[in-house]
Amino acid sequence: MSETSMTETNELLQEGLTGVVGDYSADKQSFHVPWGKAMMWIFLLSDTFIFSCFLLSYMTVRMSVQDPWPIPSEVFALSFGGDPIPLILIAIMTFILITSSGTMAMAVNMGYRKDKKKTFWLMFATAILGASFVGMQAFEWTKLILDEGVRPWANPMGAAQFGSIFFMITGFHGLHVSAGVIYLLVVAFRVKNGFYERRGNNYEIVEIAGLYWHFVDLVWVFIFAFFYLW
Amino acid sequence: MASSEGQQHPLSIYYWVWGLLFVVSGFSYGVDYFQLQGSLRWTLILIFMFVKAGFITAIFMHMTWERLALQLTILLPPVLLMIFIGIMAIEGDYTFLTRIEFFTESDFVPVYHNSVTPH
Repeated sequence: MSETSMTETNELLQEGLTGVVGDYSADKQSFHVPWGKAMMWIFLLSDTFIFSCFLLSYMTVRMSVQDPWPIPSEVFALSFGGDPIPLILIAIMTFILITSSGTMAMAVNMGYRKDKKKTFWLMFATAILGASFVGMQAFEWTKLILDEGVRPWANPMGAAQFGSIFFMITGFHGLHVSAGVIYLLVVAFRVKNGFYERRGNNYEIVEIAGLYWHFVDLVWVFIFAFFYLW
Repeated sequence: MASSEGQQHPLSIYYWVWGLLFVVSGFSYGVDYFQLQGSLRWTLILIFMFVKAGFITAIFMHMTWERLALQLTILLPPVLLMIFIGIMAIEGDYTFLTRIEFFTESDFVPVYHNSVTPH
């Protein structure tokens, strides 16, 4: 589509509910965003339902168990020489993920400013923070499995279902973070070596990758609230 | 507003939201650190959770600046989950009661949920 016809279409767009009806019943396209971005949103919507189903089964299990549920505050406490500090590793992981969300948001902004160098380094920093998150999660799993004897079918602290819920939810989230790190690195290096510059100097892909990354952070907000704090 | 130009916003708004997310995360950790209990704990957890989720979606994911059609397409379906949560809460209570009824010894005194009254 040429540049002029695109602007003509945009001028005909209406706001509010009339705009919704107009957008959905239009002949050409419903969402006036790059197709990749619309598809990423649809994917994230489906992912929302997957994670919601996990958290919902967790709720159902936790409401129906008779054995006491292990207290996350104590299970995930960590001591640095002194008294154990409750949930400290989880708190650090939370702050790391928020920091990475911030650097990602900046990367998207720099991408639209066509600043290749800053975009690359900010995305690289985001990926490194993501990788350190996965590393801490690996440490957490190891500690839980080896030191505290938590298994998907049993654990010494209480309700047997604790293990299966924990490994399933945090494992699936960790998988998302790992995939995100790879995705970000691929896009970051393509930004660096001028792949997008040669294709019309278009950095929408940075925003699309950013959507995925913010979503991973978003899911963690819910896991942190419901699994670790509740 | 036109998305064909991409989402470009002043950097300051990202700094503000970034800082806010840090502070609110600190608060939610504080809920656990100071061992608040009961309905105060649950209310605070939910408030901080929704504030964080809202700001991430609205600002970092640029939802505020998208057109209403995209906003509704993405944000309306998850509302259905509320019904799902309700259904599964009833199911969870029912399973709990059934277990009490059939799987417990007579001298076992179970811990009841607030919403469930023993009979």
